[in-house]
Amino acid sequence: MMLTAAEVDAVRLSLSIALRSVLFSLPLAILVAWLLTRRRLHGRLLLDAFVHLPLVLPPVVVGYVLLLLFGMRGPIGSWLYAHFGIQLVFTSAGAALATAVMSFPLMVRAIRISLEGVDAGLEDAARTLGAGAWDRFFSVTLPLMLPGILAGAVTAFSAGLGEFGAVITFVSNIPGETRTLPLALYTALQTPGGDAVAARLAIISFSLGLLGLIAAEFIARRVRRVLGR
Amino acid sequence: MFSIRAKKRRDGFVLDVAIEVSSPGVVALFGRSGCGKTTLVNIVAGLLPADEAHIVIDGMALDKDGKALLAEHRRIGYVFQDARLFPHLDVMGNLRYGEKRSKPHLDTPRITLDKVAPLLGLEPLLSRRVHQLSGGERQRVALGRALLTSPRLLILDEPLASLDAARREEVLPYLEKLRDELAIPMIYVSHQFEEVLRLATHVVLMEHGKVVSQGSLDDVSLHPELRAIVGSEAVGAVVHGVVESVDSSTGLASVRIGSNLLQINLRAARAGAHIRAQLLARDIILATSRPDNLSVRNIMTGTIARIVPDEEDAELVYVDIGGASILSRVTRAATISLGLRVGLPVWALVKSVSIRGHAFVEGSPR
Repeated sequence: MMLTAAEVDAVRLSLSIALRSVLFSLPLAILVAWLLTRRRLHGRLLLDAFVHLPLVLPPVVVGYVLLLLFGMRGPIGSWLYAHFGIQLVFTSAGAALATAVMSFPLMVRAIRISLEGVDAGLEDAARTLGAGAWDRFFSVTLPLMLPGILAGAVTAFSAGLGEFGAVITFVSNIPGETRTLPLALYTALQTPGGDAVAARLAIISFSLGLLGLIAAEFIARRVRRVLGR
Repeated sequence: MFSIRAKKRRDGFVLDVAIEVSSPGVVALFGRSGCGKTTLVNIVAGLLPADEAHIVIDGMALDKDGKALLAEHRRIGYVFQDARLFPHLDVMGNLRYGEKRSKPHLDTPRITLDKVAPLLGLEPLLSRRVHQLSGGERQRVALGRALLTSPRLLILDEPLASLDAARREEVLPYLEKLRDELAIPMIYVSHQFEEVLRLATHVVLMEHGKVVSQGSLDDVSLHPELRAIVGSEAVGAVVHGVVESVDSSTGLASVRIGSNLLQINLRAARAGAHIRAQLLARDIILATSRPDNLSVRNIMTGTIARIVPDEEDAELVYVDIGGASILSRVTRAATISLGLRVGLPVWALVKSVSIRGHAFVEGSPR
């Protein structure tokens, strides 16, 4: 099955947007997971609820809120444009942001579970061996939560491939810029006689998803072996 | 060598201790579980903030201007009950972890892997993964890991508690070797008197967050509070002596203790060796005249120094045997019928087989 130029575009965009969203949200997700598990914060409950909001809100609402905040006249959007010339609305970068926000709770969840599984006693042991706070985190905590981080990243990446509502609301449906696989599929369905195109796109999505799951399992096994579990 | 003053109040529990140790060796922190031993060593290591703490090791204070030094800067080695080896590193990686992070200091010679590996028998383990190690091997690696930081003080928090009797017996000789060959002061937390008997050169007896008694093992073994902790069956004086001769055919060593000569089952000992033995109070028989025709190998002469009531209509009789004290547990009925009283000369009998003796390296501190 040869892919058409439009299909290649959609696949490329989907992959790149999902990847960028993961890279962008990963450090933040690790930080939030760490704050939620290892710190007795005031307002922990509030932070927890806030992080999980995208799971329960309609994606369109998330897209709308992003539009209000990051739109050209929004408080953050206008500031970004004025100081750095960064425009998020109608761009693939904006699509990555919307995707990141939507998959953030999944990522935090996976990382948090793995962090809860890391024995804090090992961090104490590292202290008595002369390791400072950052050193402990990078030499003990991070390697031990790696399985959770990878699981979170893969889950977020896979979910990101299929993000629809928030993306179309925030950055619209522009071919070659924001028209990812699900958006292309939606467009095909809206077009008279587009059934065949839609079917092809569905098969592509299906193949990508399957490949992702197999890759995730493969990585998880390798990591488990390295960690000796 | 070091001094510790620490106070901490937590959920109705109050820890308030002062410990002063002037010679190197093994300080046993002994007491029942929950008496605050682990809390205390965690404060010393800097893992737990105290309400008030002043700790000095080798003349260097662990706090500056009222601010406690961070645990990672204290240079105190810590061996945890559960080893806490890093599962993502192999044995070598674990050993190097602390070594890499320790800065060389002029005041203490650096402890190297070349020295530690043979001392702890680590050579065959170096390339193993942590999950392939037995419990005893884990503790040896944890010991090596802590030692390679060249610590000023080594804390061992019940390092044998999670091991079965056979594994314990496997690790104990290594601990004795460390005590005798390295000049690092150690704090050994335990609730097993057997371990204290074998390792300690100084004992701190703790109860309900307080120090009940501290000093040499001989002194502490006579302390009445000990009974509450070890149980009346395990109460007994610890005595020191020098082996005068060993009969290789019977395996009995003649040991000079005070003005008496004791026969102890100690085939491994050689003449001139220092040994330490516990004489359990329940194994000591008292007589008011010299007995004859008995199988008992050991008949010591002494005078009664003190009689204190023990539980269940029994009494603890302290007998001065000339340079050492021993304890005998007798029924109150026996005290009355024999007319036991302070100052009375007595003969104390003990079977050689019931003495637990342990060799100490010559010249090792008492």
